Amino acid sequence: MNVEKLKSAHKLLSEYKYELGKIDKGYTNRTLYVNLSNNEVKEKPVTQLMKDKFIGGKGFGLWYLWNAVTPETKWNDPENEIVIAGGPLCGITQYAGAGKSLVVSLSPLTDMPVDSNVGGYFGPLLKFSGFDALELQGKADKDVIVFIDGNTGTVRIEEAPLEAVDSHVLGEQLTEMYAKDEADKRNIAVVSAGTAAEHAYVGLLNFSFYDVRRKSIRLKQAGRGGIGSVFRDKKIKALVVRFAGVKGNLNNPADQGTLNRTGIKFHKEMHDFDDKQNRMRQVGTANIIEVMDQYDLLPTHNYKFGSHKDTYKISSKVFTKKITQGMADGCWYGCSMSCAKAVDHFELKTGPYKGQKVIVDGPEYENAAGLGSNCGIFDPDAILELNFYCDTYAIDTISFGTMTAFIMECYENGILNKERTGGLELNFGNTDAALELIHRIARGEGFGKIAGLGVKRMKEIFIREYNADPDFINDIGMEQKGLEFSEYMPKESLAQQGGYGLTNKGPQHDEAWLIFMDMVNNQIPTFENKAEALHYFPMFRTWFGLNGLCKLPWNDITPENNKYTDEPAKIPEHVQNYVDIYNAVTGSHIDKYELIRQSERVYNFQRIFNIRMGKGKRINDRIPYRAMGPVTVEEYLSRQERYDGQLKELLNYDTEGKTTEEKMRTLREYRESQYEKLTDAVYKRRGWTMDGVPTVEKLKDLGMDLPDVVEVVKKHI
Amino acid sequence: MIHVNGKEFPWEDGLTVAEMLRRKTYTYNKIVVKINDVVIPNEQFETTVINDGDDVKAIHLLAGG
Repeated sequence: MNVEKLKSAHKLLSEYKYELGKIDKGYTNRTLYVNLSNNEVKEKPVTQLMKDKFIGGKGFGLWYLWNAVTPETKWNDPENEIVIAGGPLCGITQYAGAGKSLVVSLSPLTDMPVDSNVGGYFGPLLKFSGFDALELQGKADKDVIVFIDGNTGTVRIEEAPLEAVDSHVLGEQLTEMYAKDEADKRNIAVVSAGTAAEHAYVGLLNFSFYDVRRKSIRLKQAGRGGIGSVFRDKKIKALVVRFAGVKGNLNNPADQGTLNRTGIKFHKEMHDFDDKQNRMRQVGTANIIEVMDQYDLLPTHNYKFGSHKDTYKISSKVFTKKITQGMADGCWYGCSMSCAKAVDHFELKTGPYKGQKVIVDGPEYENAAGLGSNCGIFDPDAILELNFYCDTYAIDTISFGTMTAFIMECYENGILNKERTGGLELNFGNTDAALELIHRIARGEGFGKIAGLGVKRMKEIFIREYNADPDFINDIGMEQKGLEFSEYMPKESLAQQGGYGLTNKGPQHDEAWLIFMDMVNNQIPTFENKAEALHYFPMFRTWFGLNGLCKLPWNDITPENNKYTDEPAKIPEHVQNYVDIYNAVTGSHIDKYELIRQSERVYNFQRIFNIRMGKGKRINDRIPYRAMGPVTVEEYLSRQERYDGQLKELLNYDTEGKTTEEKMRTLREYRESQYEKLTDAVYKRRGWTMDGVPTVEKLKDLGMDLPDVVEVVKKHI
Repeated sequence: MIHVNGKEFPWEDGLTVAEMLRRKTYTYNKIVVKINDVVIPNEQFETTVINDGDDVKAIHLLAGG
């Protein structure tokens, strides 16, 4: 790798010097603004209002974005921003999962704010370099790199014409280029996208960290919502931060002792129980692949079914053998959960890197389910290859899985054919066609260009140009608000239908994952119970994104005595841990109730931001029927005993002598009415009108009655 | 007849917690079982007998990705 040649082609567009600072109780108290149109670089103070109302992380991102755009702003307008922020707990090394960055932008898929939570070192190193957030606005003329040197207090914007675009190459080039020597590489973090993000709307961002054992970069993904597409539209090739001198006390916490003690308690749980519980250290989130299949929740063939006879071929046991074991796979220092698994020396069989042996970061559960079962693919090596190319090309694996599954169902129903796909036979299970599709998406070529626009745009195109039946297409296209569903089958859990549908950014399970509480455990049988869960869990999970934390250490390990607590699903001891470490870092005195209210403020703000952008009301919270029940006779008949039983038990409906179509209609009317009743209950619990608008009274109660916010609400009440 | 997670489930003499979990195909490894609100330790699943009319909770502690 001749990085000198690459570097010699750089042209300095702007250099900004700043004074190094000191973090005070989790905050640097300033942020960095970069405008790529005019190469302006400046610092902004973090105001008390920002800390009080928005905490940090995606709260800061949403606030900056709110002030940067208007209701008319589109994702590819220069005014749109990409904001990257950690949060007050970001960068602590005592507790697991504390190196997260939250990325916020207007999404090309949803045309409203999206947030994505990602590991890697960029967020913590940005903070240690002196900034609580990085705000990127404007558009460059040519490809640029923004480099932040946190040890010299320098920000540079450099034209960078020669480097690669695909992340696994670019990340290595820039780590080599900006590190002083091999030992310094751990102090470099790179944010990059990939070639697909130049053509597709589903572009992601890769956040790197240097793996000192493998002597190679690793990549973590801000996957959802197409922020990588915004990144490349701004002609940003990469962001690079360098900071040498990471220590456990750089956040200057108010109470280091409590932070240490709480962390040690957690690490002991991981040591003692992980092998008996979720095996996060062995196989990461992929541990649940076969669990989902056993409970009929693994999306298969575009969410038609929840299980498949071949799932054993892609079970966690298979991937455990492929993943290199015994490595400390944390995506930030101090994470004893270390679930950032990788397959080493994986030889690619297709595409521009065919024959190369690479590191595949994953597979996560979502990758195995989305790239695998949902597309009818049960070849673990094909899943790994798709996983690798999604990452380096910058394609969100969840969106790719869901949109390819949709394409495959359209192909099998004659809506698509070889002529329309450029020769690709995109039947379920056609691995070669799926791989060729991903390469065409990356090149923006033919049908690949259409596919890369996501399910929402494809639906419009298929109806308009291929004369597809709108009812069928809208029933089976698994998107809502423009975002593709993540990889869980929600048909038999009304609460999870709400967990997908009654969300801010679209059907991503990071707000609420209630399938087992609802469908299996039957812990939330009434609408009011479900509404309470659809209040508490989204608010609790939102809090991770305000603080630069990972959700997984909350409930992918449980204390031994958790079963004896009043509310085991909440993992009360871990909730208290979060209260304790928040207070220990910031010097605050919150309790578990104030924790929820912190989230509520930002959650309601994001809802109103959506409304301001013309989304975010009841009509936008509807979900495709495939998420609620059987669209096709094939689906109904596959679980006929279940559906017939429900018709008799719940509706006292006599199924004798009825056609399948008649039974399907009755079931559909029932399930759709249930979703409407759930929506009513959830809106009521959240303090919203029946059209889904937060009330002024609710905002006053939360202390979020900011004039601009109230003005938006008043227009819609 | 017993109730498992609020729904009727057929009972027979000698039915153990472990056998009930097998019949329900509850295979997940983080399940908390309560019989009439009393927690049953995991190591007693094979030996604990469920009585006719018992209210059984089999709570899966799985809260997703």
